[in-house]
Amino acid sequence: MAKFTKKKEGDLPAVSTASLPDIVFMLLFFFMTVTTMKDSSLMVANTLPNASEIKKLEKKDRVIYIYVGTPTQEYQKVFGTEPKIQLNDKFANVDEVGSFILAERAKKPQELQNVLTTALKVDKEANMGLITDIKQQLREVNALKVNYTTYEGDAFNNLQ
Amino acid sequence: MPRRKGAPEVNAGSMADIAFLLLIFFLVTTTIETDAGLDRMLPPIEPPEQDVVIKQKNIFTVNINRNGQLLVEDNLMEIEDLREAATAFLENGADGSCTYCKGKKDPSSSDNPTKAIISLKNDRETKYSTYITVQNELVGAYNDLRNREAQRLYGQDFTTMESKYLDPETPSNVRDDLKDKVKRIQEMFPQKLSEAETTTD
Repeated sequence: MAKFTKKKEGDLPAVSTASLPDIVFMLLFFFMTVTTMKDSSLMVANTLPNASEIKKLEKKDRVIYIYVGTPTQEYQKVFGTEPKIQLNDKFANVDEVGSFILAERAKKPQELQNVLTTALKVDKEANMGLITDIKQQLREVNALKVNYTTYEGDAFNNLQ
Repeated sequence: MPRRKGAPEVNAGSMADIAFLLLIFFLVTTTIETDAGLDRMLPPIEPPEQDVVIKQKNIFTVNINRNGQLLVEDNLMEIEDLREAATAFLENGADGSCTYCKGKKDPSSSDNPTKAIISLKNDRETKYSTYITVQNELVGAYNDLRNREAQRLYGQDFTTMESKYLDPETPSNVRDDLKDKVKRIQEMFPQKLSEAETTTD
């Protein structure tokens, strides 16, 4: 009887994939909300030190970033292995920091220009000499609020 | 007349592919932010109008040498002991005007927390990670004292109060309430951490 032919053995019923887009969209929205766009690609090694007494940097639009660290492998041939400063997308010397801060400050809206923070993202292997020079530059352009960006963790891990 | 059907159904089979494509795009171009750190104020470049005379006993000097060793008040010290020493110095209260201090009232140490200054000096070859650890311990000493007083007065930690106060998502009436409290605690233990220019020799 054709009507009552059994289904073939071992034929699994197809799993419905109708809800797959919903799941993927959910993931998508999750990542869209918790992440932020990369604004510059790193050209220096940037393993931050750990600290426990940290404060969050609120309001990304009020922050100017300065990266310091040894150039990554691909740039080492040109720039050597001494720690360098990276401003936006290029390497810079210490004396360019001041003008960089002034230029960045001029780009921000008027009402934010006095409340800017400079975030120093410095590799833990860097020496304080360079940092001191940067700090001196920042003082000269009156950018006194700094944030030493760190990872959250036990500060004594730095010493090993 | 044949009945007209509704609009033909759009095949949604490729929706998942499109969504995956978007998902992967966002995964690649974005980062989960790790932006938190130690907030510090640099000293202004113009020297103050008149010279301020500070008694030597109100200054707590911390020197870091190029090997990462600490010289605290002319004695060698391990970084692990720094927080305790800084706390003891800050709340020493030698002149007795600080009612909430629990220090030893040692006459050769600081008069009261509003006068106590921590001076941090480092060598040009000090490693940044060591410097951050020392900064962290000194800020930690202030935070410990402030937390203690905040617990006593308001029953919560100063650090949580402050982060709540600074968080833009906190409703404004809560923030106004916190503002005075945060300010009061900050005035009890003002953060006076001076960083002189690095010595070159």
